[in-house]
Amino acid sequence: MTHYLLSVHGPAERNEFGNYGSQEAMEEAFAATGAFNDKLQAEGYWLFAGGLQPASTATVVDGQGETPVMTDGPYLETKEVIGGFWIIDAPDLDVALQLAAEGSRACRGKVEVRPFEGPAD
Amino acid sequence: MQVVASAVERVFREEYGRLIASLVRRFGDIDIAEEAAGGALVAALEKWPESGVPPNPGGWLTITAGNRAIDRIRREKQRDAKHQAALMSYDDTPHEPTGPVEDDRLRLLFTCCHPALAPEARIALTLRLLGGLTVAEIAQAFLVPETTMAQRITRAKKKIAAAKVPYRVPEAADLPERLGGVLAVLFLVFNEGYLATGDGDPVRAELTGEAIRLTRVLRQLLPEEPEVGGLLGLLVLTEARREARVRNGQLVPLGEQDRAGWDRGLIAEGHDLVRECLAINRPGRYQILAAINAVHTDAPTASDTDWSQVVALYDQLTRLDPSPIVALNRAVAVAELDGPKVALTLVDRLPLTGYHAWHVARADMLRRLGRTAEAKESYDAAIAATQNSAERGYLSRKRGELV
Repeated sequence: MTHYLLSVHGPAERNEFGNYGSQEAMEEAFAATGAFNDKLQAEGYWLFAGGLQPASTATVVDGQGETPVMTDGPYLETKEVIGGFWIIDAPDLDVALQLAAEGSRACRGKVEVRPFEGPAD
Repeated sequence: MQVVASAVERVFREEYGRLIASLVRRFGDIDIAEEAAGGALVAALEKWPESGVPPNPGGWLTITAGNRAIDRIRREKQRDAKHQAALMSYDDTPHEPTGPVEDDRLRLLFTCCHPALAPEARIALTLRLLGGLTVAEIAQAFLVPETTMAQRITRAKKKIAAAKVPYRVPEAADLPERLGGVLAVLFLVFNEGYLATGDGDPVRAELTGEAIRLTRVLRQLLPEEPEVGGLLGLLVLTEARREARVRNGQLVPLGEQDRAGWDRGLIAEGHDLVRECLAINRPGRYQILAAINAVHTDAPTASDTDWSQVVALYDQLTRLDPSPIVALNRAVAVAELDGPKVALTLVDRLPLTGYHAWHVARADMLRRLGRTAEAKESYDAAIAATQNSAERGYLSRKRGELV
């Protein structure tokens, strides 16, 4: 088994309904994502998942010098940022891609699939 | 018995795809498989000139390479337990040298053509691992520096290992979609050979031959899939005309080819394949393209061509694939059936101004309508949009004939 990060990418600027068009669309996406999370847990793929606060709430820390340097904002100022992620345990990339497609449909966002380093077993 | 190195290398090349595929299955690692296969070649070059080619050279290579792979894994196990653990699943079932379904190569083909890999990497990996072409040969075929091609292949292999691209034939539900990706790669390899994009050799027979060989393997493995038979039919019916297609370094269009120079054996094979596809009655893109080529190769002379049948087949193809490229090819057939004026109207509305074949089709239609000045402009645009020397030669001649 291999661990994969499934990260959801979307616009950095959020409106009052997150990245969704309306209150209704946002609620639908939340419900579908909740159902997808339940499925991941029931079928044994789930390791961890979470949605993130807007990138404007991020702080970058550089602790390589003598005293840590703090910078307000995300590491990269980009139009698209990670809005949330899953970490799953899957037997191979085909399974991970299939789950990513389901997750993408549920949360209404593009999902990047990236394997973790090292064997998961 | 005297065996020269070139004979050993020929046997090795013929056996390469099978050898690599079985090693990848057993050891779950493409690098180990390639290194072991390379070691087996060195051993064969040493032994066979003295002992002669063994009765089952594929079996000999498989056993020799297998032993080398096991040696390497043992060495690494002692040195690096972590790397050993990172290998994909280890399957030690014995190699089956012959049989109706040799699924190792099929699995490897699906791995090489996986949708998670970049399209150009899929083609390169397929030619490298299943076709046994060297990185230098593949680089030359696609006109990129060898280091670029080596990096492309290395990157794809790393992704296969790190992201765990599976080594298996997709399940029935996913097969049609995934098979489409494999067929597209084989078709691209063929097309690059049939009308090379660069300014080197205009036709690269080693690429058309390799695409046909791999499609034959695929057909052996998936005899029930009509699109595989369709692609094979399309490729052999196209290949049959290859010799007649270039004369004095210039491309000869279908209508002007010397049909006595066509390969009758390949045409008969292609027609059989098209008939088999029709009997299955599950039409698809490649089967329709094969049928169109069957109509062309059925006509004793160009003027005998059943153009209404060709247009009807393009209509059928348009329903499956309403792309502008299909519409362009359909319009070329319409020009023969309803005349260039009707066809030009169809061509002019297509968004293909960057595509050389669009300019070629327009130039020909404008020429036939006597609109010489516009035809010249279109020939110039077509010549500027292609690097293929035989096609440039043909287009320059046609342009030169306009007064």
